[in-house]
Amino acid sequence: MNPLHFCIDSVAFWAPALPGWQIARAAFRGEGAPVDPPATRPAPAILAPAERRRAPDSVALALEVAAVAVRESGRDAAMLPSIFISAHGDLAVNDYMCTTLADQPALVSPTRFHNSVHNAAAGYWTIATVCRAASTALTAFDTSFAAGLLEAATQCIADQQAVLLVAYDVQAVGALAMVTKSEGLLAAALVLAPASSTGSPGKPCFHASLVAGAIDSPPLRSSAAKALAGNAMADALPFFEALAFATDRPLDLPLTRTLTLRLTP
Amino acid sequence: MLVENHTEATGQRAAPRRIAPLRITAYTTTTAAGTGKEPLLAALRAGVSALRENDFGAAPLKTWIGRVADVESTALPQSLAGWDCRNNRLAWLGLLADDFIDAVHAARQRHGPARVALVLGTSTSSIGATEDAYRSLDAEGRFPANNRNPLVHTPHSLANFVHAALALEGPCVTVSTACSSSAKVFATAERMLRLGLVDAAIVGGVDTLCGSVLFGFNALQLISPAPCRPFDAERDGISIGEAAGFALLERITDAGEGPVLLGYGESSDAHHMSTPHPLGLGAELALDDALARAALDASEIDHINLHGTASAKNDEVEAALVARRFPARTHASSTKGFTGHTLGAAGIVEAAASLLAIEHGFMPGTVNTRTLDGGCGPQIRITSASAAVRFALSNSFGFGGNNCVLVFGAGAQR
Repeated sequence: MNPLHFCIDSVAFWAPALPGWQIARAAFRGEGAPVDPPATRPAPAILAPAERRRAPDSVALALEVAAVAVRESGRDAAMLPSIFISAHGDLAVNDYMCTTLADQPALVSPTRFHNSVHNAAAGYWTIATVCRAASTALTAFDTSFAAGLLEAATQCIADQQAVLLVAYDVQAVGALAMVTKSEGLLAAALVLAPASSTGSPGKPCFHASLVAGAIDSPPLRSSAAKALAGNAMADALPFFEALAFATDRPLDLPLTRTLTLRLTP
Repeated sequence: MLVENHTEATGQRAAPRRIAPLRITAYTTTTAAGTGKEPLLAALRAGVSALRENDFGAAPLKTWIGRVADVESTALPQSLAGWDCRNNRLAWLGLLADDFIDAVHAARQRHGPARVALVLGTSTSSIGATEDAYRSLDAEGRFPANNRNPLVHTPHSLANFVHAALALEGPCVTVSTACSSSAKVFATAERMLRLGLVDAAIVGGVDTLCGSVLFGFNALQLISPAPCRPFDAERDGISIGEAAGFALLERITDAGEGPVLLGYGESSDAHHMSTPHPLGLGAELALDDALARAALDASEIDHINLHGTASAKNDEVEAALVARRFPARTHASSTKGFTGHTLGAAGIVEAAASLLAIEHGFMPGTVNTRTLDGGCGPQIRITSASAAVRFALSNSFGFGGNNCVLVFGAGAQR
C-alpha cells in the first residue's frame, strides 16, 4: 500500500488557556505559560456581530480555528474542501433539545433545531466564506481526530488538492453530562496539502498508513496538554504535541479498537 | 510533479477525474414498506405508499410517518445488548435482511477484517435514547440506571455498534451531514478503496423516528399534516420516515456482473442553514462532479431518484435543475411518498431504489402526487415505467447546504 504523503500548510489551535497556536506550541514545549485568566470563548471575526453572539460554542470554536488556519495558509477559503470533526457535536444544543422535548415539545426552537445537526459548523463556515466546495462532518467517538485526519489526508491525496480539517468539542452540560464526558472547549484546524505540490520547504510532512492491531493513545508530555485531556477531542493532543516538538519519530494514533493510524514524518 | 486539482489563481474549480467503477457486491434496505429490498420493490411496483398516520410518541403531531413495523419486536443478540436503542435495533434488523450479513462475512474472509472499512451515515443516530432518558430523569436529575451507556448517547453509536456487530477491524467512521449523510458515505469509501487503504467497504446509514426530528421539522413549518406529495402543485411539506440500508463495495477485479458505483459529487450551497440555494447552484456543482467522475453526459442518464422531499423550496429548486439539465426522456421521480423522508438514511435508501431500478428495469413513479407543479419539466413522472436502466442518478441534499449526487450503472462495461 502506498502511504498517504501530505504536508501541513498551517496550524490553528484554541483552548481557553491556550488561545492560539503559538501560545499552545510554546506551552507544549515548556517554553511558555498558558494565559491567565483564560479566555471565555472565541469571537470569530468571520461571523457578523449578531451571529457571533448567537452562535453555539461549537460553531464559534470551529469557525475561529478554521479562519486562522486558512489565513495562515494563504489559501482561498472558498476553494478548500472542508472536513469538520467533533466527537459529540454541540452538547449544549443537544441538552436544550432533549430538555425541551421532555417538557414542551411544541416549543422547540427552529434555529436550535437546525443548529443541532452535526454539520452545523460546516454549514456556517461554507456560508460565511461563500465556499461551494465539498464539506463533511464526521465523528468516531474517542478516536475522532484520528478519523478526521485520515479522511482529510485521503481527500487531499485522492483528489490532489489542499483541504481544511477542523476539529472541536465543547463542554458537556445538563443531565447529559452524567454519561457524556467532555470538559471545556478545545478546537484545532489544519490545512493539508499534497506533499508533491507543497510550495514552502520546512513544512511538517507525514506519510500516513494503517497498521493492524490495537494501541493505547500516546502519553501526553506537557502539563498544558494534560490539562485539556478531559475534552472529547483530546485524541488530537498527541498530534499537536508532536507538531510542537517537530518530532522525527513515527506517531501512532488509535483509529479504532483494533487499528492504528501511523504518521511517519 | 503533480499539480493540485484546482487553480486558485483564477478561482476556477477543475473538474474531477474519472474514477474506476466499484462493484456493489450486495445491498439491502429496510423501510416502512418492510424488511429488505423485496417489500420496497413491491410497493414501488404497486404504487402504494407505506406512510401511516403518526402514532409515534406520547402526543403525536398531526402528520404522516414512514414507520418500520418490526423495530419494536427486534431484539439485539445478548452479546450486543448494551447497545440497545431504537436506532441500533433498526440497524440490526437491516443487517439481517437480504442475507447482507453473509455477504459481509464472506468479504471479511476474502480480505481480512482489517481490510474492510465501515462508513455509515446518520443524522440523529441514537438521540432517541437520550430523549427517553431526559423524559425519565430520577429525583436527582440523573439518567435512569438502564439507559446510561456512554457509547449510545453519542452520534457515533450507530457505526460503533455495527462495527462490533460485524466483528470488523478496519476504519470505522460516521458521516453526519443531515440528509446527505448516507449518500456521502459512498464518496468516503471510494477514496479509501482508490488509495488502497482497504479492499472492501461497507457503507450505509440508519435513522429512526425521534422527537428531535418530528418536532424540529414541525418548528420549521416543514411538516405536512397529510401524506407528502413530492412536486405536487399543492404540496405542503414532508413526511418523516425511518430506515436502514447498507451496501458492500469492492474494486472490480474480474469480468463478473452486477451494478456499480460510477461517480459521486459533493458540494456546499453556501447559502442558508435550512433552505436550499434558490438557483440550485450547490446541487448543480454536485451533479457536474458526479457526471465528471462517471465520465457521463447528463443526456445518458436514464433515471433519477430525486431528493424530492415535498417541501416547497426543495422541489422548486430541484425541478428547475432537472428541467434545465436533462433530456425529456430521463425518467425522474421521488420515492419519498413511499417511504417518507428518512433523513440521514435517505441517501442509502434511494441508492438502493436506484439499484433496484437498474436490476429490474423498473422506474418508480411519484406516489401521492396528483398534479405536478408547473415548474416541473417532462422528466418528472407521476407514473412508473418499465424500461432498461443503464445509468441512474440519486440526489441527496441536506441542512447546512450539504449536497451529494451519486451515479450508478448496470455494469462495469460501457
